[in-house]
Amino acid sequence: MVLCLTGVCFVCAAILGVVYAVTKDPIEAAAEAEARAAVGRVLPEGGEISEAIPADAPGIKEYYIQNLDGSVLAYAVKSVSGGFGGDLVLMVGVLPDGSIYNTSVLSHSETPGLGAKCTEEKSHFREQWKGFSGNFAVTKDGGDVDAITASTITSRAYTRAVAQASAFVVGLKED
Amino acid sequence: MANKLSIIAKGILKENPTFVLVLGMCPTLATTTSAMNGLEMGLATMFVLILSNTVISLIAPVVPDKVHIPVYIVVIATFVTVLQLLMQAFVPDVYRTLGLFIPLIVVNCIILGRAEAFAGKNGAFDSALDGIGIGIGFTLALTVIGMVREILGSGSVFGWKFIAGDGILAFVMAPGAFLVLGYLMVLFNKLKKK
Repeated sequence: MVLCLTGVCFVCAAILGVVYAVTKDPIEAAAEAEARAAVGRVLPEGGEISEAIPADAPGIKEYYIQNLDGSVLAYAVKSVSGGFGGDLVLMVGVLPDGSIYNTSVLSHSETPGLGAKCTEEKSHFREQWKGFSGNFAVTKDGGDVDAITASTITSRAYTRAVAQASAFVVGLKED
Repeated sequence: MANKLSIIAKGILKENPTFVLVLGMCPTLATTTSAMNGLEMGLATMFVLILSNTVISLIAPVVPDKVHIPVYIVVIATFVTVLQLLMQAFVPDVYRTLGLFIPLIVVNCIILGRAEAFAGKNGAFDSALDGIGIGIGFTLALTVIGMVREILGSGSVFGWKFIAGDGILAFVMAPGAFLVLGYLMVLFNKLKKK
């Protein structure tokens, strides 16, 4: 009895070990490619994008710098805030003056059909972020951001994530 | 041959896991927000079901009765983890939508249910066929539920939008899942009786 269970566990562990070893590199490559693609989407074209730089600010873990001819063109900031169903992780392209170039959703747990609409690229909610430089709050709270219908909490979380990315970039320049 | 085909057919109709056996309700209700999600979840479950059925039917004769459930669960969990790693590596987009529900396949009662009810008592080939049949039944059920919910809730089919704007939002959320499942179950059993 013990022998049987031990044997089965041993064989299963061996199989998992092999599969893990085989898939380790493709998984890392996929995650890396995804992050790169997201960075590319939120930044202007051209210039050179740096490796990820670790950061230590609330909600910000890492960022990228885009250089063009020796001066900084823009930053891509990975920003996390609490959404309706869990963490909302965004990649935010920020120009050195703190205004937004573009945004992209890396991962989320929002309600399908409601908050998850924040992932739809062509929607008004997403389009308004291009070149945004106003009051970072939804209109309901007296700001300049049009919320997604029936998804105020998601919209607030999105706005918060973008705002903290913008504030982070402005803070960088003061250092 | 007819006998073998009937093993597959019964998984789709007579013993349809969703509409007749009413097993595996957690992924059924949670992942069917769109037809595509339902289809992908069904296929992922079918993959695990076929492999676990086959392996369990092979090892069942030598597994002592007292530990057969732990052994089955270890085998099932292994295949689920293999599937999870493979999906993460080669279809990261699909993995992102289903993410949480892939590990939950381990506790899907369809899989342990088939291991107990069928694979433990039958040969490897028949068990694989049973896995295919039940897997197809589950996939079809999830796809249909997903399709109905997507049509009513988002006004689209497999991501193709046929009305502008929103559908009836409730159908994309949990209450809609219960409603659609209930009505489809009634319809399925009514048609099956004829």
